Amino acid sequence: MSNPAVAQPIKDTIKSAQKAALVQRWTPILLLPAAGILVFLMFWQVVAGSIDTSLGKFPGPVQVASQFSSLVEEHFAEQRKADEFYERQEVRNAERLAKDPDAKVTVRPYTGKPTFFKQILTSLYTVMSGFAIASLLAIPLGIVCGLSKPIYTAINPLIQVFKPVSPLAWLPLVTMVVSAVYTSADPLLAKSFVTSAFTVALCCLWPTVINTTVGVAALDKDLLNVSRVLSLSPLDHVRRIVLPAAIPMIFTGLRLSLATGWMVLIAAEMLAQNPGLGKFIWDEFQNGSSNSLGRIMVAVLTIGLIGFVLDRLMLLLQRRVSWDKNADLR
Amino acid sequence: MNNAHLELTGVGISFPTDKGLFCALSNVNLKIAKGEFVSLIGHSGCGKSTVLNIVAGLYQASTGGVILDGKEVNSPGAERAVVFQNHSLLPWLTCYQNIELAVQQVFKGKKSKAEMREWIEHNLELVHMTHARDKRPSEISGGMKQRIGIGRALAMQPKVLLMDEPFGALDALTRAHLQDSLMEIHAELGNTVIMITHDVDEAVLLSDRIVMMSNGPSATVGDILDVRLARPRERMALAHDPRYHEYRAAVLEFLYQRQRRPAA
Repeated sequence: MSNPAVAQPIKDTIKSAQKAALVQRWTPILLLPAAGILVFLMFWQVVAGSIDTSLGKFPGPVQVASQFSSLVEEHFAEQRKADEFYERQEVRNAERLAKDPDAKVTVRPYTGKPTFFKQILTSLYTVMSGFAIASLLAIPLGIVCGLSKPIYTAINPLIQVFKPVSPLAWLPLVTMVVSAVYTSADPLLAKSFVTSAFTVALCCLWPTVINTTVGVAALDKDLLNVSRVLSLSPLDHVRRIVLPAAIPMIFTGLRLSLATGWMVLIAAEMLAQNPGLGKFIWDEFQNGSSNSLGRIMVAVLTIGLIGFVLDRLMLLLQRRVSWDKNADLR
Repeated sequence: MNNAHLELTGVGISFPTDKGLFCALSNVNLKIAKGEFVSLIGHSGCGKSTVLNIVAGLYQASTGGVILDGKEVNSPGAERAVVFQNHSLLPWLTCYQNIELAVQQVFKGKKSKAEMREWIEHNLELVHMTHARDKRPSEISGGMKQRIGIGRALAMQPKVLLMDEPFGALDALTRAHLQDSLMEIHAELGNTVIMITHDVDEAVLLSDRIVMMSNGPSATVGDILDVRLARPRERMALAHDPRYHEYRAAVLEFLYQRQRRPAA
C-alpha cells in the first residue's frame, strides 16, 4: 500500500463512503425535523399575514423574532437600571454615614417591573417547588396503594374524583386558604408563590400516584415470593424489591405530572396574577400594544420549549436511575 | 423412616372459586429423611407445585400440616430456600448482588462482612459462575441464570432445598450439565432436596425416592418409588444399567397407564 498512486484513491473512496454514511445517519435526525420546522414557519407566515386583529396583523415568525430580541434588550436595560439604583443608594448611604456615623441606613430593594426572563425563572422555580411537593406525597402514597389492596380500594374513589379537577377550580380555594393560614408579617415565601406552588402540586399529584400504584401492584409474583422466602422486612421489601421494580412506572408518572404541572402553572399565574410567565402573557394581553401579540407568541414558544426541556431532563434522570440500561426510553 | 426430618401429614388445600371450594390436594403424607433427594412427579396441574409451595410456606395448608425439625411450618423462611422455575433473579442486581441479598438477610449479625464476601464467592464457585459475578441476569444465558438461582438458594444454607422444575425451561444439553452440577453439590453438601420435575429421566437420575402424584382434583401421593442406584451416578453408565430402565419404566407406567392424563 506504499504506492501513493494506488493508496490515494482508496483513501478517497473510504473518505467519501464515510461521508455518505455520516449523511445517511444524520439526515433523519437533523434534516427531517428541520424540514418540518421550515414548512411550519412558512405556513405560519402565510396564515399570519391574512389575519387582522384589533391589535394589527397577527405576528409572523419575523415579528416574533424581533420581539424576542427587544425582550432581551429590555432585560439588560432593566438590569442596568437596577444596578444604577443600588449604586445611588450606596453612595447616598455612604455620604450619610460620613456625616453622622450613627445614622440608620437601609438598602431598599429595586421595585422595577420584572422582565420576561425574570418571569421565566419565577415560573420554573414555582413549578419545581410544586412538583417536588407533589412527588414527595405521591410516591409514598402510590407505594402504599400498590402494596395494599384494601388501602387502594379505600382511596381510589377519591383519586378518581379529584384527578379530573381543573386547576382553575382549585385556585380560588387555595388562594383563600393560603391567605387565611399563611399569615406571617414577614413571610419567607411570597403568598403568590405558595398559592401557585400548591395549585400545581394539587394537580400534578395524580399521574404519579396512579402510575406508582400500578407499577408497585404489578410486581412480578416470583419476585414477591423471593422476598417472602428471604423474609425481608417491610422496609427492605420496599427498598430492595418494590422500588427498583417500579422505577419505570414511577418515572412515567413523574413525567406526566411535570408536564401537567407546567400547564397548570401558566393558567394559575394568568388567573391569579401571580408572578411568572402566565402573568407576563396576561399583562401583555391587557397592555394591548401593537407589540403585544408578538410578545405573547414569544412566551407561547418559550413555554413549549421549557416544557420540552423539562421532559428531556426527566428522561435523563430516568436513564441515570433506571437499572435497565437497554430499555428503550422515549 | 424413623428419623423424619421433614414430615407432611394429611396435607390438603382448597381454593375458593366461583363454583365453590376447589380441593386441589388432599391427604398428602410424606416423610423425608435428612439428606434425602426426593422428586415429585406427576402430570401438570396435579398439584406438585402446590405441595412445594406449602412446604415453602408460601401457601397455607387447609388441612394437616408440615413439620420441619420438630417445628411446624407456617410462613416462608430462609431455612426452606426455593429455586424457582424461571430463576426469579432480581434483574437490577448483578449475580454477586443477587446472592449477596440472600446472604445478608440470612447471616445478618452472624457473619462479618469479609466472611460474607467469602461465602458469596464460595457459592458462586460452587455453581461455576465466578466468571459472571458482575453481570446482570439479562446478560447471561438461561442456564447460567438458573445456576445463580441455585447458588442463591444454597448460599442461604437451607435445611431443605425446594426446587420447582428448576431445569424445565432449559435445553437438553444445558439441563444435563446442570443436573451433573446438582449431583456434585448434593454429594458434597448433603442437602435435603425436594424437586419437582416432569422429566422421568431427570427424576430417576437424581432422586433417592420418586413421589408420583395422582391427578387432581384432590390430588395425593399415588405411589413412591425407591431408587436404589449407587451414588455417584454416571449418566452414561446408567444408560446401560437394566435397573435404571426398570425404574424409568415404573414411573412411565404410573404416569401413562395408572394416571392417564385427563384429556390434555
